[in-house]
Amino acid sequence: MIPHLHAKARLQRDEVRGREVLLYPEGLVGLNPTGAEILALCDGARSLADIVATLERRYGASGLERDVTAFLDGLAAKGLVVYGP
Amino acid sequence: MDPRPLWLLAELTYKCPLQCPYCSNPLDFAGPRFRRELATDEWCRVFREAKALGVLQLGLSGGEPTLRPDLEELVRTAHGLGLYTSLITSAYRLTRERLAGLKAAGLDHVQISIQGADAELSDEIAGTASYRDKIAAYHYTRELGFPLTVNVVLHRRNLHQVEALIRLAESLGAERIELANTQFYGWALHNRNALMPTKGQLAAAWQVVERERARLGTKLEIVWVLPDYHEQFPKPCMGGWARAYMTVTPAGEVWPCHAAGRITTLTFENVRDHPLDWIWEHSEAFNRFRGDAWMPEPCRSCPRKAQDFGGCRCQAFLVAGDADATDPVCSLSPHRHLIDAAVAQVERAARGERQPEEWTYRAAPASRALATKG
Ligand code: SF4
Ligand code: SF4
Repeated sequence: MIPHLHAKARLQRDEVRGREVLLYPEGLVGLNPTGAEILALCDGARSLADIVATLERRYGASGLERDVTAFLDGLAAKGLVVYGP
Repeated sequence: MDPRPLWLLAELTYKCPLQCPYCSNPLDFAGPRFRRELATDEWCRVFREAKALGVLQLGLSGGEPTLRPDLEELVRTAHGLGLYTSLITSAYRLTRERLAGLKAAGLDHVQISIQGADAELSDEIAGTASYRDKIAAYHYTRELGFPLTVNVVLHRRNLHQVEALIRLAESLGAERIELANTQFYGWALHNRNALMPTKGQLAAAWQVVERERARLGTKLEIVWVLPDYHEQFPKPCMGGWARAYMTVTPAGEVWPCHAAGRITTLTFENVRDHPLDWIWEHSEAFNRFRGDAWMPEPCRSCPRKAQDFGGCRCQAFLVAGDADATDPVCSLSPHRHLIDAAVAQVERAARGERQPEEWTYRAAPASRALATKG
């Protein structure tokens, strides 16, 4: 499963509020640093397992899969993230 | 400074080849107040100031924004600033080349209106033969990879087509369809008796929307803008007056929403005279209804005030004659009878007890005639 951003959505730095945002037609989602990091890893090449492994390595943590999946599923329900083959 | 705006609607021109009788533009759009359109560099400055103020979403609208020959340059500037830019157009005479140029300039999203599900009704409501151009433009947006919103303003004459409209958007592969029940401002208020739907029509259309939402899921987002005259409580005013949103009109006046210019008891500032952040933060019009200190009863002691902000100031002014009043749509408003009377009139017409009314098309001669009448 390779998650990627839907073509209608775009990541953007919101300097004024000091955060990343996901912009799409008639809407936006403010992201916390972790969310922004997850989406930056959704490059259309990495699988969900790769993304989780990368984050776990970066933070020396384990068991992140549940949180990452929940975050991406939330965006998928809004049609902003799509799971490819 | 708090709050900061997220949305800017840039009304680039009030010229338009279409003549929709529900147009939200001011009745006097052809008058002197809107004549001297902002130049390219003035708009670019507005976009820069808006971005610095916190704006992330930009709508390029009108009138018909594609009539501006500098549209590509405006899009390029907005894109360079990182604004998510939407073109809100009728698609009249919109070519594939023009859209491709706008794509190259960085346009993010295209919204194309349609007035009915078939050429006959769509062209009749638009007052201008435009259905063919729209269908062609829908296909161009697909070919060019734009996210597409199909926008339909709903009223008595097209509500029966809701299912056909959703199927049309689906067959085009659109991301969203916006089914916007007519909000009664501008030309729509002038034509209210001709446009107002019956309760039966709305109930039938809503059933279709629920069924189609369940069928389509995330494949096609169906946005249903509530017909507020038929509701018990008012719509929230753009997330609160001057909290997240602003409109800049073709000649540079800045309004807290696209209808606010009709409130004659407010003074609106112009981007030609002041920077945008000053207008947002300090102008009288933007501060007048911020927060809830201005609220009268029944809003002041109502638990819903954090949800709907006392409803729409424009509607209070236009229907009750007082921008400080509770939105007359609210069932707790002392002016609710004015709304009920407008709704009842339509039900009588539907039962054949009154002649149904004709509408006035939105056009420059009619605008000038209405402006001189006051
Ligand atoms: S005042 Fe009315 S028209 Fe203006 S934004 Fe609020 S709800 Fe909309
Ligand atoms: S009384 Fe005012 S705050 Fe309460 S529901 Fe009505 S409009 Fe909203």
